[in-house]
Amino acid sequence: MTGAQPAIRLTGLTKSFGSVTAVDEVDLDIAPGEFFSMLGPSGSGKTTVLRLIAGFEQPTSGTISLLGRDVTDRAPFDRDVNTVFQDYALFPHMSVLDNVAYGLRVRGVAKRARQEQARAALDTVRLGGFADRKPSQLSGGQRQRVALARATVVQPKVLLLDEPLGALDLKLREQMQVELKELQRNLGITFIFVTHDQQEALTLSDRIAVFNDGRIVQLGTPAEIYERPASSFVAAFVGTSNIFDDSTSQALLGRGGVHSVRPEKVSVATENLPLVADRTAAGVLAEVIYVGSSTQLIVDLDAGTRVVALEQNDAHRVASKGRGARVTVGWNDSDIVTLTAPALT
Amino acid sequence: MTVDASAPPTRRAVLPPQRGSIARRGSVFLSRHPRVRLSLLLGAPLFWLGLVYIAALAALLITALWTVDSFTGQISHTWTLDNIVAVLTGSLYQTVTLRTVGVALLVTIIDIVIALPIAFYMAKVASPRAQRILVIAILMPLWASYLVKAYAWRSVLSQGGIFEWLVAPFGGHSPGYGLPATIITLSYLWLPYVILPIYAGLERVPDSLLEASADLGGGTWSTLRLVVLPMIWPAIIAGSIFSFSLSLGDYITVNIVGGANQMLGNLVYSNVGAANNLPLAAAIALIPILIIFAYLAAVRRTGALNNL
Repeated sequence: MTGAQPAIRLTGLTKSFGSVTAVDEVDLDIAPGEFFSMLGPSGSGKTTVLRLIAGFEQPTSGTISLLGRDVTDRAPFDRDVNTVFQDYALFPHMSVLDNVAYGLRVRGVAKRARQEQARAALDTVRLGGFADRKPSQLSGGQRQRVALARATVVQPKVLLLDEPLGALDLKLREQMQVELKELQRNLGITFIFVTHDQQEALTLSDRIAVFNDGRIVQLGTPAEIYERPASSFVAAFVGTSNIFDDSTSQALLGRGGVHSVRPEKVSVATENLPLVADRTAAGVLAEVIYVGSSTQLIVDLDAGTRVVALEQNDAHRVASKGRGARVTVGWNDSDIVTLTAPALT
Repeated sequence: MTVDASAPPTRRAVLPPQRGSIARRGSVFLSRHPRVRLSLLLGAPLFWLGLVYIAALAALLITALWTVDSFTGQISHTWTLDNIVAVLTGSLYQTVTLRTVGVALLVTIIDIVIALPIAFYMAKVASPRAQRILVIAILMPLWASYLVKAYAWRSVLSQGGIFEWLVAPFGGHSPGYGLPATIITLSYLWLPYVILPIYAGLERVPDSLLEASADLGGGTWSTLRLVVLPMIWPAIIAGSIFSFSLSLGDYITVNIVGGANQMLGNLVYSNVGAANNLPLAAAIALIPILIIFAYLAAVRRTGALNNL
């Protein structure tokens, strides 16, 4: 092994529930201090991987190492990882302060010391004034922050977050994303973040593992995942993609195979106006969808395929021509991503 | 194909008449007058509660203040506190009261200690299928007659009975008939009433709380003491109210397996029957009522009733 030990190393990790294989031979290294996201649709195995790392489930086979030490057979309370639960799992009969101090209490920290540390942890999540309340008296966002303080006060090596923002509304979620990122930078510990929200994963992560059917289908930085999806599954799951199958690729790109291009890489011009692009195709504007910062244009190409393009809302908009207008779409060869053929199911 | 040609293929929906029927007008009236609705709903049960429950208790209290003519055996309706004074000061009543409370407390403690692991296993460990089987297994004894179960224990605990046969290899003896046998039998009889509320209470503790405790470093004991017990405390109290109050009023079990021992229920029974002193029986019956009131008041002070 060269360099530092990975914070988490999964080797051949497999978990079956009866005949269902939830996690299938996952190998993964997560570096210390990394903000790592596991992204995938529900049932893709990402939460099970998290629960295996936390120790709530025992793997069917494979090992889990924490900073070079094999912890596969250790109980959850014997691992230096802590979890922020999807439903927060705050103890309803304890005050906010007692909740945060719980991890210190079971470690035998004296009352005064643990309350001091818990207050400090509550201050870092800006809940200093809520120490004496019960969890039921807090809003969703506040409970979320109590859960964060409770999990971080015991100074874990790795913090596991199971869709922690899933229950919050959009505005609060965006605000909490910023706070999470700041918290991770300040604490300098590894965050493993499970989400099915691709936007959240792209915004927060240093690296992302995309899960499907219990396997990692792509591993990379947000930019790699978004701009160079490896398969049609990733291209379709992360963001919106125009996916061209073999015959469409032949017609539009002049080569076989499966390809994708992101809507924002597709430019659209009214027919007969010049369009600077490596390749162009003609079609009819089928739908115009206003999405605030931009407008989504859905174009039915004469070649028989539907293409989605994203147009900024500025002065010379094709969108103003309305449905039925003849348009030209174009893209550059460098924006075309070749995908591995989709698995035949 | 057999198609009923007489039925016209109409698609028109048949709606009930919008107004006119008495039931409909009644519904409209009730939906506009919530107080009338409420009083109609609660009227019958409140009347029943008042008549059967409060009135019976009041009658008991009043009867305790009468006396029996020792010559004719008739109840004389002269007001007196003699019965209550006798019950409060008589050494027999004090001894029996202490014995009864002691038995009820022991039965309650034994039941809680047995019920906790069983309920925990049912709620948190067992598969859904095993869970259903266990609930049925726990309810099953309630289908058998109380008397049959008490006599079954009499047979189990008898000289040369199953109990003796089981413990003899370890040098044990059957406790015979007496207070220990009474406590064993009552614990058996009331166990389902203690398991079920604790099981229901544990069902309401989300698994994620147990995981959170373990995740934060809490071992089994810490998790039980700091998370599980405080959360199911109201359920334990609810179960204890059943076993405590049922034991307090019992007189049949102690008759069957209790040997010569008496509990408050026996005193009531013999005063109603053999001694023909209904007022004294009523005065004795007030003791368990007072004890239960005191117990509920003590429980209320712990705050366990706030979360029920």
